[in-house]
Amino acid sequence: MFHVRTHLLASTVLLGSVLATPLALAETPPDTLVIATSIDDMISLDPAQSFEFSGQDQINNIYETLVELDPETLTPIPGLASEWSVSEDGMTFTFTMTEGRQFASGNPVRAQDAAFSLQRVVKLNQTPSFVIGQFGLTPENVDQKVRATDDRTLVIETDRPFAATFLYNALTAEAGSIVDMETVAANAEGEDFGNAWLSRNSAGSGPYALRSWSPNESVILEANPNWHRAGDLVMQRVFIRHVLEPATQRLLLEAGDVDMARNMTPTDVAAIRDNEGVKIEDNLRGQLYYVSANQKNEILANPQVVEALKYAIDYQGMADTIVNGTNVVHQSFLPAGFLGAIEDEPFSLDLDRARTLLTEAGYPDGFEIEMLIRNEQERIDISQAMQGTLAQVGITMSIRSVTGAEALSIYRARNHELTLQTWGPDYPDPHTNASVFALNPDNSDEAQLTGNLAWRNAYPATETTPMVEAAVVEQDEATRRGMYEEMQRISQQSSPFIILFQRIEQTAMQPNVEGFTAGGAVASAFYWPVTKTPQ
Amino acid sequence: MTPADIEDPRGSGRARFGSSGLPHVVKRVGGFAFSLVVTLFGLLLVTFLIARVVPLDPVLAVVGDRATQAQYEAAREAMGLDRPLAVQFVDYVGDVVTGDLGHSNLTSRPVVEDIRRTFPATLELATIATIIGVMLGIPAGVIGAVNQGRWPDHVIRVVGLLGYSMPVFWLGLVALLIFYGQLGWTAGPGRLDVTEQFIYELEVTRVTGSVIIDSALSDAWDVFRNALAHVVLPAGVLGYFSMAYISRMTRSFMLEQLGQEYVIAARVKGVPEWRVVWVHALGNAMVPLITVIALSYAGLLEGSVLTETVFAWPGLGLYITQALFAADFNAVLGGTLVIGAMFIVMNLLSDILYTLVDPRAR
Repeated sequence: MFHVRTHLLASTVLLGSVLATPLALAETPPDTLVIATSIDDMISLDPAQSFEFSGQDQINNIYETLVELDPETLTPIPGLASEWSVSEDGMTFTFTMTEGRQFASGNPVRAQDAAFSLQRVVKLNQTPSFVIGQFGLTPENVDQKVRATDDRTLVIETDRPFAATFLYNALTAEAGSIVDMETVAANAEGEDFGNAWLSRNSAGSGPYALRSWSPNESVILEANPNWHRAGDLVMQRVFIRHVLEPATQRLLLEAGDVDMARNMTPTDVAAIRDNEGVKIEDNLRGQLYYVSANQKNEILANPQVVEALKYAIDYQGMADTIVNGTNVVHQSFLPAGFLGAIEDEPFSLDLDRARTLLTEAGYPDGFEIEMLIRNEQERIDISQAMQGTLAQVGITMSIRSVTGAEALSIYRARNHELTLQTWGPDYPDPHTNASVFALNPDNSDEAQLTGNLAWRNAYPATETTPMVEAAVVEQDEATRRGMYEEMQRISQQSSPFIILFQRIEQTAMQPNVEGFTAGGAVASAFYWPVTKTPQ
Repeated sequence: MTPADIEDPRGSGRARFGSSGLPHVVKRVGGFAFSLVVTLFGLLLVTFLIARVVPLDPVLAVVGDRATQAQYEAAREAMGLDRPLAVQFVDYVGDVVTGDLGHSNLTSRPVVEDIRRTFPATLELATIATIIGVMLGIPAGVIGAVNQGRWPDHVIRVVGLLGYSMPVFWLGLVALLIFYGQLGWTAGPGRLDVTEQFIYELEVTRVTGSVIIDSALSDAWDVFRNALAHVVLPAGVLGYFSMAYISRMTRSFMLEQLGQEYVIAARVKGVPEWRVVWVHALGNAMVPLITVIALSYAGLLEGSVLTETVFAWPGLGLYITQALFAADFNAVLGGTLVIGAMFIVMNLLSDILYTLVDPRAR
């Protein structure tokens, strides 16, 4: 028996050593940044089409924009344009292209490339087109309104005297990426402006070029030797590994096979926070959690009912438990980090006040209501916690949990009652959220403003709509800031939106990784500032 | 052609008696082709209808949260979803016949290309897992049957039962934690490590899509070794489940055979016991066992979604599942077709092996 056992042991060890990678901690190559994350949402890498988080992260590192964001301060700085000015009437913007910039192909970056890039975003009319199109640009007029007057001068004409910062902020978004016209045009099919090709290839002037993208497997970026700061680039390659399971991401990180894991669960993060071999960086992002009450519902159309709901939620309790580490309490529609964002938190759990409000509203015994959510653990947890506190004031809330796509269909068709949703800003200007939470130009069913959150909830936003329209053309920054602050306070009191939390992204990484930024509230990830000190 | 030819996946023995030579071959090939076409068409129709009935909107999955109604309508039209259902189906079948499975909305590329990428990963995993399952499962089943009711039988049954009852997701994570995280004996999740991945990208010619085979063909032995170190754990986990099933079936087939008169006759004639068990009895038990193995293999080819998730294995199972959640119906239909075809091919293979093993079936 003893012999049998030693034999078994010996063969197991033998098998182990045959297959073994070194027993010591694995190490990633010193010039390669290896990231474990989920990229299953990535549909396209064309800046005119991509609107998913993971796609935007790659685009931010492949392309440059006329106006850039500083990765550290997240404030606008010159990018492919070195300077810009606006005419007296506030409707003609002139950009001077920075000298000496090149695309990865070696072609120079000219004003014609910039005009072509912005024109194709508008003409392709995919989801991100509004970021550029909202300045009065349509597929029909964009060729006249956005034009290169010579190699170094780009002119953009808007239909209204917009706040200058609004345009500059919008141009820092991924949709404002400048593509290599010659390369893209050479790969165009029919009238697609190179969309099919650019979905899975790159033609930018940024720090990296796309080497390969295997859906649900990996993305590999390679240093662009023509980038204007190529000499400063330490990470010559970025390897993004698609790892769906958070526990697997943690194992990879702990074994040293990846430098960074971006989707670990709060439980995993808490477990390794004190582990010396790993560090956690928290980054406040722009995504908000909110509950909204459809005003088509007779009960929810009563403002006192909505107010009662606002007092029947345990914001801090949830932030301390189920979303601990991933979200902080935030109760206004502009995320912290935006121009005009406010920190006011007027609501906290106050069951007596909620009961009084319900009695005044004519529902002393509460009512029955349905909450629509997508079937995700965190959302289930949040709605169950709400279910508990609402029950204490007599409201019986049932939870309808469906797939993400189905929840969105129901929400866009205004067929929900209550719904728990998230919203992330589209470009780093307050108008991005103000225009969906506080603006509703036409509340009728026929208007079909399905992209607008106020419309989806049948909320006419009578008081704030003119304010949003005024703020977007306000030239004085301090005045503009004050307008956003005011409309958020109005929205907190009278809108059917109950903003709950702002998201924190927790990135777990090897202790030798420095310089990574997830992008804060206003941008996407920056890979190029990353360095790794030898271990 | 009798209906029995289509319904009985092993082919009807009855129909074959008395037939021989060319007409027999023609009949069989024809029968196979017919069943292939009918089955695949049925599969297509059912999957197509289910895909259109479920409350998932493929257009929204593509255009996303922000799209305006006009953008939504434009995308719907571009995807051809505004046409009548019957027209869509006829068009789709027409495309499939010419080898075009359409475009995946999720990956922005042709479904055929996606399948060519994901299926070899699954094939690699399933094949190694089945080899492990057969190599361990058959001997375990035979030993269990011979020692029925004694301790080796109990041990094997308990080990098998654990394989049956443990969630694969959990087992995979625990296996990763121990063999990769703690002991460092195997490589981690994914098909290759970063360094080897770059070598694979640059130096290995893609022939089959299987990293193991392609790297061996290109003499990239570092990549080959790394790929083996990556596949051993997921294949081992799947192989364990396959082993549990095969050993249980082997045991029951063997018990049936060991009670037969020819076994007693062989023993009486003085045939050595090992020969009675491993040659005579197992030889006969192999006949039904082939079908069991073939179907278990086909089941693994379907892709084990949970194993693929835990091990970050970019296989077909994960592809179809994610496509389903994203309402990417071309991808779902294409993947289902491939799996359906695999089941039919496996049935045919077991049919052929059958006639080789069992003289009565010739």
